[in-house]
Amino acid sequence: MTAGPLIEIEGLRVTFHGDDGRMTHAVDSVDLSVAKGATLGLVGESGCGKSVTSLAIMGLLPKQSAAVSGAIRFDGFDLLDVPDATLRDLRGNRLAMIFQEPMTSLNPSFTIGDQITETILRHRGGSRRAARERTIELLRRVHIPSPEKRIDDYPHKLSGGMRQRVMIAMALACDPQLLIADEPTTALDVTLQAQILDLMRELKAASGAAIILITHDLGVVAEVCDEVAVMYAGEIVERAPVDELFANPQHPYTVGLLGSIPRLDRRTSHLATIEGMVPNMANPPTGCRFAARCPFVEDACTRLPPPLALLSATHASRCIRAPLERLVS
Amino acid sequence: MTALLEVEGLVKHFVAERSVFGRPTAHVKAVDGVSFTVEAGKTLALVGESGCGKSTVSRLVLRLIEPDAGRVTFEGRDLGTLDAAHLRAFRRDAQLIFQDPYASLNPRMMVSQILTEPLALHNLVPAADRRARVEELLRLVGLEPRFARRYPHEFSGGQRQRVAIARALAVEPKLIICDEPVSALDVSIRSQILNLLRDLQDRLKLAYIFVSHDLAVVKHIADRVAVMNLGTIVETAEAQALFAAPRHPYSRALLSAIPVPKPRAKRSRIVLEGELPSALNPPTGCRFHTRCPYVVARCRSEVPQLREDGTGYATACHRTGELPGAEAIVPSDGGFSPALEKLVAAFNAAEASERRGVISQEIKT
Repeated sequence: MTAGPLIEIEGLRVTFHGDDGRMTHAVDSVDLSVAKGATLGLVGESGCGKSVTSLAIMGLLPKQSAAVSGAIRFDGFDLLDVPDATLRDLRGNRLAMIFQEPMTSLNPSFTIGDQITETILRHRGGSRRAARERTIELLRRVHIPSPEKRIDDYPHKLSGGMRQRVMIAMALACDPQLLIADEPTTALDVTLQAQILDLMRELKAASGAAIILITHDLGVVAEVCDEVAVMYAGEIVERAPVDELFANPQHPYTVGLLGSIPRLDRRTSHLATIEGMVPNMANPPTGCRFAARCPFVEDACTRLPPPLALLSATHASRCIRAPLERLVS
Repeated sequence: MTALLEVEGLVKHFVAERSVFGRPTAHVKAVDGVSFTVEAGKTLALVGESGCGKSTVSRLVLRLIEPDAGRVTFEGRDLGTLDAAHLRAFRRDAQLIFQDPYASLNPRMMVSQILTEPLALHNLVPAADRRARVEELLRLVGLEPRFARRYPHEFSGGQRQRVAIARALAVEPKLIICDEPVSALDVSIRSQILNLLRDLQDRLKLAYIFVSHDLAVVKHIADRVAVMNLGTIVETAEAQALFAAPRHPYSRALLSAIPVPKPRAKRSRIVLEGELPSALNPPTGCRFHTRCPYVVARCRSEVPQLREDGTGYATACHRTGELPGAEAIVPSDGGFSPALEKLVAAFNAAEASERRGVISQEIKT
C-alpha cells in the first residue's frame, strides 16, 4: 500500500432535523485522517459528536432525519457518495465496528456462531463448514476458551467480557482495514478492560488494520492510541500525537479533562472541574464554543469562531490563546 | 471509641433454581461471610468486579434485604433486633445514593417534593419551614434554590446526582452508602460530584460506604478499602497502604490494570487468565485460586482466613509474605509538567471564585 491515509474525512457535517423543525448541528466541519496500522483516539464527553462521526463513516445514520455533508474517502470511494449496495459490501467486510453495549448489539435469538458465520458467508461466500471453521478460529483468536463448544452458545450464556470478545471476533471476521471501536471497554471491569485492550493491540500488530477508538477515558487513550483528536460540541478542538497531547495540551478543554482525572501518584483534595454545560447545539454560540466554560477566556474569544490552527507540524488547537503556557508564566 | 458501623459475618445466598416442588436446588452465594467496620466521618470503599457482591453488601447493611446470617451494628445497636419503628429511625441515619440519577428520581415529582418527602416521612421539619429547608439543601449541593420548582428531566446528569445527594442529606444522616455514584457521569461532571462528596464529608462529618469498580476514583476518595471477590473480602487496608503495595494477588491484578493517562507508562500488568468463576458454584478453598498466578495445592482445599498484620492491613491469602514484592504494581501516571500543572490550577482557581455564579447559568442554556 502506498503512503497516505487509509481514511480521510474532510469537512464532515451532520445536522439532525427534529420533528419540531429544530436543527441540531451534531458534527461540524470535522477533518480527520488515519494511516494504515495507526490508532486514532476520538475523545470527548457525551453529546460531543464522537459517536455520530463514527456512525457517519459507517453510513448508519438515519437518512430521513440526518443531513450529512463533506467527504469521507476510503480506498478510492467517497463513503458519503457510494450506492447503498457498495456500502453494504464494505460494511462488515473492510469497515467494521464494535459497539459499546455487547448486551444489546448481539441478537439474543441466534447462537454466536450463526451471527459470525452470517458475516463470513455474506462477504466471503464459501461453504458453511468452512465459515464455521473460520468462526472457531476467530473465537480462538479473541481468547474464548473451548471455542468449538462456545460457538453454539446463545449470547445470554456468555459474560459481558465474553460477549465483547464475540463482538470483536465478528468485527474481525473479514479482516477489516478499518475498525471503529465505540467505547469498547466502558461497560467492562478493569481486569477485562485490560484484556480487551491487549487484544486490540495484538490484532493491530497482526493485521495492520487502522483503528478509530472512541472513548471518554483518557487512560485508555494513553494506552492504545498513536494520535488523539479531542472533540467538543461537534468540533475537533485539538489534535496531536498521543505523547504530545498528554505532555503539552494546547486547548483549555483538554487541560480541564486531564485535570479532572483522579491521580494515582498523589493525593489531591480537589479535582479540576469544568464548570458550566455544553452549549445547546440547536443554537451554537458565534465565537469559541468552549468560551463560557474557559478560565482563559477573553473578549476576542466570543467574537469569531476560532480556526483549528497548527502549532507545529502535527499539533493543532482550536484556541486563539494557544500556546497556553504563556498564560501562566 | 466504637465504630459507627460494624458488620460481622454477613451472609446472603439467593435461590437461583427451585425443584418442581419449590425446594431450592441451587444458590448464588452473593455474600459469604463479610465483616468490616466504618468509622464516623470516614470513607470505606468496596471494590471488586461485577458480581462480586459489593452492591448486595450495601443493601444488606441498610436491611433493604434481610441477611441469612451475620450481624450489622450501628452505633452499638444490633440492627437485626430492631422493630419497625427503630428501623425507621435507623434509616434516617443511613441513606443511599444510586448509580443512575436518571432512574433514581421520580420524574413526576418536582425537586421540592422529592426533597420534602423524607422530611415529612421522618417528621423532621415543621411543614411551614420545609420550603426554607429545601432551599438550604439545594444550596448545600451547589444548586440554586429556584430549581426547587423544576422536574428531574430539566436537569443534566450531574445536576440530577446533586438532587439525589440533597435528598439523602435531607434527613441529616451519619452514613451514606454511595453505590457507583459517579459511574454514569462524564469525566468533568464526575470530578464535580467527587469534590462535592468530599466537601460535604468535611462539613457534615459524614461517613461513606463507597461502592465502585473505578479504582482511580477509589484512591481519590477512600480512607479505607475492602477488596471483594466472589462474595468475600480478600483484602482490607488503609487506602494509602493498599495502593502503595497491594498484597493479595487479586488486589495486585486489579490495581495493576488501572489505565493511567500517561502514554508509555511503565507498568507490570498482571493479566488474569480464565473467566470469573460463577457465584453459583464458587471454587473450593480460596475462591481466587482458579485465576491466581501464585496458586499452590493448599489454595485449592483450604479457605484462607482474613488475617490482620497488626497495622490494620488484613489479607486472606495462604501465601502472604511468600509472594514477590509489590512495589510498582500500581502504574505511575508520572505527573504533569510544571506548565501544565499551572494550567490545571487555573481551572481550580477560576472554579473557586466562580463556582456559584456559573452553576446558576447552567440551567439557562
